[in-house]
Amino acid sequence: MTTATTGRTALRGVVGTSHTRVEGRDKVTGAARYAGEIPFADLAHGWLVLSTVTRGRVRSLDTEAVLALPGVLAVLHHGNAPRVDTDYIGLLGIPPDPTAAVFQHDWVPHAGWPVALVVAETSEQAREAAEALVVTYDEEPHRTVLTTGHPDAHPAGGVMPGETAKGDLAAGLAASAVVVDEEYTTPEEHHSMMEPHAATAMWDGGRLEVVDSNQGTTWIQSELAQMFSLDASAVRVRSEHIGGGFGSKGLRAHQVAAVMAATELQRPVRVVMTRRQMFTLAGYRSPTLQRVRLGADADGRLRALEHRSLNQTSTVYEFVEPSAGVARVMYDADAHHTANEVVPLDVPSPTFMRAPGEAPGSFAVESALDELAERCGVDPVELRLRNEPEVGPVSGLPFSSRNLDACFREGARRFGWAERDPRPGRRREGRWLLGTGTAAASFHAGAGPSTAGVTAQADGGFTVRIAAADIGTGARTALTLVAADALEVAPDRVRVRIGDSDFGPAMIAGGSMGTRSWAWAIREAARELRERLALGTPIPPEGITVRSDTTEALGALAQKERHSFGAQFAEVAVDPATGEVRVRRMLGIFAAGRIVNPLTARNQLVGGMVWGISMALHEEAVRDRTSGALYAPDLAGYHVATNADVGDIQADWVDDPDPDDPVGIKGVGEIGIVGAAAAVANAVWHATGVRHRSLPIRPDRILSAGVPASGGGPHA
Amino acid sequence: MREFGYQRADDVSGAVALLAADPDARFLGGGTNLVDLMKTGVERPARLVDVRELPLDAIEETADGGLRIGATVTNSDLAAHPEVRRRYPALTQAVLAGASGQLRNMATVGGNLLQRTRCGYFTDLSKPCNKRAPGSGCSAVTGEHHNHAVLGASDHCVAVHPSDMGVALAAFDAVVGYETLDGPGELPLADFYLPVGDTPHRETALPPGALITGVTLPPAPVAARSRYRKVRERASYAFAIGSVAAALDVEAGVVREARLAFGAVASRPWRARAAEAVLTGAPADGETFAAAADAELAAARPLPDNGYKVTLMRNLVVAVLTELAEETAR
Repeated sequence: MTTATTGRTALRGVVGTSHTRVEGRDKVTGAARYAGEIPFADLAHGWLVLSTVTRGRVRSLDTEAVLALPGVLAVLHHGNAPRVDTDYIGLLGIPPDPTAAVFQHDWVPHAGWPVALVVAETSEQAREAAEALVVTYDEEPHRTVLTTGHPDAHPAGGVMPGETAKGDLAAGLAASAVVVDEEYTTPEEHHSMMEPHAATAMWDGGRLEVVDSNQGTTWIQSELAQMFSLDASAVRVRSEHIGGGFGSKGLRAHQVAAVMAATELQRPVRVVMTRRQMFTLAGYRSPTLQRVRLGADADGRLRALEHRSLNQTSTVYEFVEPSAGVARVMYDADAHHTANEVVPLDVPSPTFMRAPGEAPGSFAVESALDELAERCGVDPVELRLRNEPEVGPVSGLPFSSRNLDACFREGARRFGWAERDPRPGRRREGRWLLGTGTAAASFHAGAGPSTAGVTAQADGGFTVRIAAADIGTGARTALTLVAADALEVAPDRVRVRIGDSDFGPAMIAGGSMGTRSWAWAIREAARELRERLALGTPIPPEGITVRSDTTEALGALAQKERHSFGAQFAEVAVDPATGEVRVRRMLGIFAAGRIVNPLTARNQLVGGMVWGISMALHEEAVRDRTSGALYAPDLAGYHVATNADVGDIQADWVDDPDPDDPVGIKGVGEIGIVGAAAAVANAVWHATGVRHRSLPIRPDRILSAGVPASGGGPHA
Repeated sequence: MREFGYQRADDVSGAVALLAADPDARFLGGGTNLVDLMKTGVERPARLVDVRELPLDAIEETADGGLRIGATVTNSDLAAHPEVRRRYPALTQAVLAGASGQLRNMATVGGNLLQRTRCGYFTDLSKPCNKRAPGSGCSAVTGEHHNHAVLGASDHCVAVHPSDMGVALAAFDAVVGYETLDGPGELPLADFYLPVGDTPHRETALPPGALITGVTLPPAPVAARSRYRKVRERASYAFAIGSVAAALDVEAGVVREARLAFGAVASRPWRARAAEAVLTGAPADGETFAAAADAELAAARPLPDNGYKVTLMRNLVVAVLTELAEETAR
């Protein structure tokens, strides 16, 4: 590790300097154990059985035959499973998705619904028996296709109001010199993190212990406690290393099924999802059908803006993909209308997936902005700078900081944007047509209440205990740096312990809020500890521990529009003969608060941008209309970008410390994907002269849409 | 997963005998496809006869100047072999365009020829598929089929063969050698895969219990100037949505000999003989190349969502033949 400081944020200390992950060696040598591979004595293995019909009722399960198979210990299903409570509001302020409350009734609301858990001595025995279990159904007709104008579609809230409206939209559009009115679609997308969901549950001295892979141990602890009507103190959840979460690793069927089986058998039970099971049990991003209407003066200044987005949800749970929230932050107009609508279908429940709302919403809005720039004859960067709002377009609140213009100016300079010929289809290199595109990005910057304990040890070291989750972000390392600075010691004297609900309530790794929320709590505890140590009290053998709780401090924060911002730039090559698209260059410049660890922060931002490439060109889960189930739900059928799909990719940032955060953090987990797909799609238009308003932009779609013979028009 | 027996065969006749002794046995090569199918339950063999260690891992010159490639030669070794690279460069390119380095290190030539379609209905036990469960119906015809066949398919099955290697072998008139209890035999690749018809579950003309022992490539001077181009939905690690293996011999602006085969458009590597007939003796120009492609693709019967493949293959044929013609002219 280095302890050198870098210049831009001129503070003494290690925050702002690059450090490799503190658990990096453990991870690359395999010493780091993941939830599905931690050994336990007397461990039994559960295997989930999922419905093969899309809608109906379970008529029968032939459990007798399966119980006679080698090693089989139990078959849990709706006829014998314990009843659980789902009538509560969870830690995130929302009710639980009943999909996780397994085996409570005989009805099947979607394909791949959990209908049984087979428990056996070995994983192989459990799987074989699960596959041998004969389940019969009374099947009913299903509806699984999302279409516009669906009779059951309705505006819906969730994390934000369903609808906002100000001004007269029709009048604004009528008075506009230029109007863009287009529909954009994004497909069903899946998190596809490397590590599958896995949980082991056991009872230990009257206490329920769950070893899991999740995005927040106290979150899962509180959900399980409420669902099983236990005191929170009677439940302990641990989650040491997590191979990716992206919003999918909350409470899911596997943890609940494992707890039921461990209770039934009174021995440890592990349930792991297969990759295919993850495609129906782990949540996903709903497809979206979006319509954007923009009205502007000839110089591109917006007079009217409407953004409506429709997503699907299951019949058991309402999840809103709030795509229409983007313009509530990004662009103002006298007439400004936005709506998120949802329609229940016979499909699994969607959930949070990296930049929920912003990722698909920015594709629509930032594509529409590019179309407006084209029609107005205004440079796409200039168009966005002309439409920078002074205050929140809907809230009217001031921005805590808004450095979007700095991102665009720095990005345009480094990308060489000034040399761009705005006309499409002008650049050719061999069989490739070349084009460049840009898009803006924003993501909410927030913090959630957290507690932390910091202990000064007699040996001069310090231990931080906080129920944080490192889902691959480098949070453990970032918190080590924050703690070191707060304690005014070198980072190697600080040990950060995370992923244990016994460390007390803390924010989850989600909403790009984890590091900021946890850092705040650690800083508070460390400050008080330092004050106590300054009194010169000798440290007893058990150490001196100070605990903090940020609930009050966060509640006292003034209401403001708090967001990270960014500017995305992409250069693509398109072969009009084969429909292949290659992203040659990508640059993202972000204003995302103070960067704690440049090494891992860049990794987060680049990772988001790579996912944006993947979203633009590759990812699409296809639902088979006849069966209502997914087609080829695995990583061979569901394509994510490979290394070869990613050209020269760079992420950097401008100085942007959050004025209201003790460390200056905003959060970098999600903003990297926002606007990335739009930048790629806009570059495809610039290369070919053809707009692609449906993702992903696959070769068949390029070929079916055609490319003008000379690319985009006559050569100058 | 189902428990199964595993035995490693010591020699070819022993392997054939082991398989014959158990109707539920399967040969195991690199396992890169069979093991996946066992995990998903598409294949449930009672016994695996591992043939990967059999002494069939050589690439040797034949008396007439061709190459004989043993069945257990790995894809990696095949692609890297200097004589393959020199005499049949499209074969090396085709193999390297497939899978990943790790998979190519495991996958064998024999197994590559026998790999199964990646049609998502074939690999999903919960859905109808005539290839997996004869008579259950084809889900793809009315379902998801944007990467399904446009040539030689039937109402019973529109799956495509996934091999890249096989496309180059088809262009170069490969002959498959095999061993049975009754002795050795041979099948030209052109006759190796059966027409789809109403029996899509019957994929090859190999006699029951036969073990592929190798592939023979006859001498083909034209193949020294050959090329494989593969189009897929990401830049690596995906099956083709269309591919072309082509070889061209041009003299004084006229095509003397041409070889052309298509991948990802049919249930087998598709030798484009109608196109070759148009090319032979015609001027080596874009017009001829387009006419050749059209002659082959006249038989195409696209479904609602895979008509782009006809455009794609036409464009690919013209692009690849143009590149080869330009190289020849230099």
